Amino acid sequence: MSVESVLMPLAGGVLIGLASALLLAMNGKIAGISGIVDGALKVPEEEESWRYFFIAGLLSGGLGLLLFYSDAFPAAIRTPLPLVLAAGFLVGVGTRMGSGCTSGHGICGLSRFSPRSLVATVSFMGAGFLTVAAMRHLFGGLA
Amino acid sequence: MSVLKPGLAAFASGVLFAAGLGISGMTQPDKVIGFLDLSGDWDPALVFVMAGGMLTYMALFPLITRRAEPILTSIFSVPTRRELTPRLVGGGVLFGVGWGIAGFCPGPAMTSLVTGDTSVIAFVAAMAVGMLSFRALSAVRFPQRQSIRAEAQTDA
Repeated sequence: MSVESVLMPLAGGVLIGLASALLLAMNGKIAGISGIVDGALKVPEEEESWRYFFIAGLLSGGLGLLLFYSDAFPAAIRTPLPLVLAAGFLVGVGTRMGSGCTSGHGICGLSRFSPRSLVATVSFMGAGFLTVAAMRHLFGGLA
Repeated sequence: MSVLKPGLAAFASGVLFAAGLGISGMTQPDKVIGFLDLSGDWDPALVFVMAGGMLTYMALFPLITRRAEPILTSIFSVPTRRELTPRLVGGGVLFGVGWGIAGFCPGPAMTSLVTGDTSVIAFVAAMAVGMLSFRALSAVRFPQRQSIRAEAQTDA
């Protein structure tokens, strides 16, 4: 394992933590991306406008990565399109049913020692491990 | 209350968040799947991403919430529910299956939209459909119960 393979994920994680702390300190909001996106899919209200600004920030940050660190993105996504669609649908339904995703439950929730976030994180991590095992080793490496 | 200052703060948070996702490797589905694949050549990168994010937030959360209110708004919207429900586990499992199939969770998928990649756009569109479907289903199944909406709004 190279130093870079530890430091880059760690530094990125710290940035994610700082971004989440900034949103809490300034806006009083939890940086849960699935919740922010879901809330943005409603009829816009003035007090909810921060969600659109946050999403615009995510997209601008993505643009910055594209310009200055394009290695952040893969050359191509290898998962077949029908599976990508199924995966997106499951992520949409699951994050709403479970009230959060990797950011809201994983980073923000676990850091606050929320028992709900611990249960959610164990559930999606466990399902993720099992799913990849099934995809890679039972169904002949579709993913 | 003006929306401009809270908007700019949220924008800055979004930019930082996306930078963190990109630098950490979360915008590369192969890396995420490499972490979720415990057999073979396991990639532990996500452990460091989670550790960096959690330790930072864990250190700052008490300092921030010691204030009576946020700097630009009047209330901390921090979840207070503690009960564990089957719904929480079921939702987590469905999300985990989708995450394992594509290697994308919501943040990295949104951040990757700017690449214009068809798969990313398809993923985000399907995710939005999933979110709206769940909302519609909740409204049909529990017309009088606000608890479903309330639960959705109190975590993240």
